[in-house]
Amino acid sequence: MNGLRQTLTLAWRSLVQVRRNPWELGDYSIQPILFLVLFLYVFGGAIAGSPDDYLEFVLPGVIVMNMLFVTVYVGHGLNTDLTRGVFDRFRALPIPRSAPLAGRILADVVKQALCIALLLAVGYLLGFRLATSFVHLLGMIVLVLVFALAFSWVMVLVGVMARDPEHVQLFGFTALFPLTFVSSAFVPVETMPEWLQGFVYANPVSLLADAARALMNGGPAATPALGSLLWALGIALVFAPLSVYALNRRLARG
Amino acid sequence: MSRAIEVQGLVRDFAGTRALDGVNLAVPTGQVLGLLGPNGAGKTTVVRTLATLLAPTAGQAWVGGFDVVREAARVREIIGLTGQYASVDEKLTGRENLILIGRLLGLKRAQARGRADALLADFALDEARHRLAKTYSGGMRRRLDLAASLVGRPRILFLDEPSTGLDPRARRDLWHRVRQLQADGTTVLLTTQYLEEADALADSIVVLDQGRVIAEGTAAQLKARIGARTLYVTVADPALAARAAERITTVAGVQAQVDGEQISAPVQDPGLLPVVLRALDEAGIEVSELGLRGASLDDVFLALTGHCGRPRPGEAEDVA
Repeated sequence: MNGLRQTLTLAWRSLVQVRRNPWELGDYSIQPILFLVLFLYVFGGAIAGSPDDYLEFVLPGVIVMNMLFVTVYVGHGLNTDLTRGVFDRFRALPIPRSAPLAGRILADVVKQALCIALLLAVGYLLGFRLATSFVHLLGMIVLVLVFALAFSWVMVLVGVMARDPEHVQLFGFTALFPLTFVSSAFVPVETMPEWLQGFVYANPVSLLADAARALMNGGPAATPALGSLLWALGIALVFAPLSVYALNRRLARG
Repeated sequence: MSRAIEVQGLVRDFAGTRALDGVNLAVPTGQVLGLLGPNGAGKTTVVRTLATLLAPTAGQAWVGGFDVVREAARVREIIGLTGQYASVDEKLTGRENLILIGRLLGLKRAQARGRADALLADFALDEARHRLAKTYSGGMRRRLDLAASLVGRPRILFLDEPSTGLDPRARRDLWHRVRQLQADGTTVLLTTQYLEEADALADSIVVLDQGRVIAEGTAAQLKARIGARTLYVTVADPALAARAAERITTVAGVQAQVDGEQISAPVQDPGLLPVVLRALDEAGIEVSELGLRGASLDDVFLALTGHCGRPRPGEAEDVA
């Protein structure tokens, strides 16, 4: 398949960018570790009685949060290519039209997988032990990656619509902070005011955090996992065509 | 002589504004065409259409004999494009940028590396090969950009304002490289705002203004048409400027323009200078300054259209 080779080449390019740029490498490595350690030792005692007791609750939450934040870089990178003329260079080459976008999204899945592996490793060092099976853990990783793949399309749309890369980050993180914090990712839902609980239960981030938690710590995983998958499907069905439409419009505008 | 680029009746609209209004062009194989015009004239729109990045609203264009709309994929196989802004990946090294393009063009890994190293040597980027492109100077970046568009050994090359933002030395260097490409038989279409640049590089020049071709020919033909130089006279008393312009029009045989106390006129013969001075003296008009300067793009536009070639407010289409 011809398009596959070029997609892989462009994915390679996105991954080399990370290796070459210490700040970006930090975004993918230091940032998630920082989230985990801060949450654990700052909030752990207040929320769960002790950091050790909080670890099994918060680790799945941080994995989900970090996944959402990493999707912002898909939009950021795409917008950089669009505004700096790199996208035009690719479009003037004899390669499939979909390769630049597909390469970026493929690279993102690799980055996401590495982030999850990193968080699991650090979690292990901090004392996390898997209560379920390796198959459950694998199921959690696949579920989070599938959701990431779907949610990336939201950020592709932001990347296409934004004027410059800084606005992608500004908008992305501003939207993601309430979305991740008003969920079951870090705190038991019962402690929140009732009017907020309705939103928390409807929030797909809660479903995904619950599913990840159940797959790592035991408990009923099927319902939240299925809910997360349906949300992922819905997001992809809405945002993928919308993003492609917006991209084509932006390119036709000159 | 076969034609590498042919454009017929090209029209392009952007949200109600007509950027190109029936442009015709032809570039014989192996020649350099200079597309000259101010900001907003439509130069970039022509290049983007020919490079298959933009679909025309009406009209047709062929590059290497292929229709840019119906045979876009074939066109992309034979062209190179260097945009107005150096479009290299800042987060990759110079070498990685070139390897990336080589790999995308289907070169094997070793081939892509070999081609990258050869181009880096050729473009004096050897020592910076392992540095990130974002650390490059403007001139280095432009060289890398040009090298990137040459990875696939294109038969037809588009250079959109290649020297914008370059210092004079980097500009000379770029000109030298364009001449080399020309000697190798590459067809080049370059856009520029500088008559000097078109003059130095192009076999023929097309002047574009407000989406229309307003003049074409060799540099010599254009200069002959507009006057090789501009005569300018500053009168001591601004009230006499109009009368002075009348006198100059009469003795020089060309239409003189008045701008405040300054009068300008395109002229061919430097011998006119004393004649003009004498005529003004006889008319009792005191001259505070008088001279000749080389024709600038402004003069070209003034002579061809009657309006100044500087960008008009609200027309930033070439920047997009």
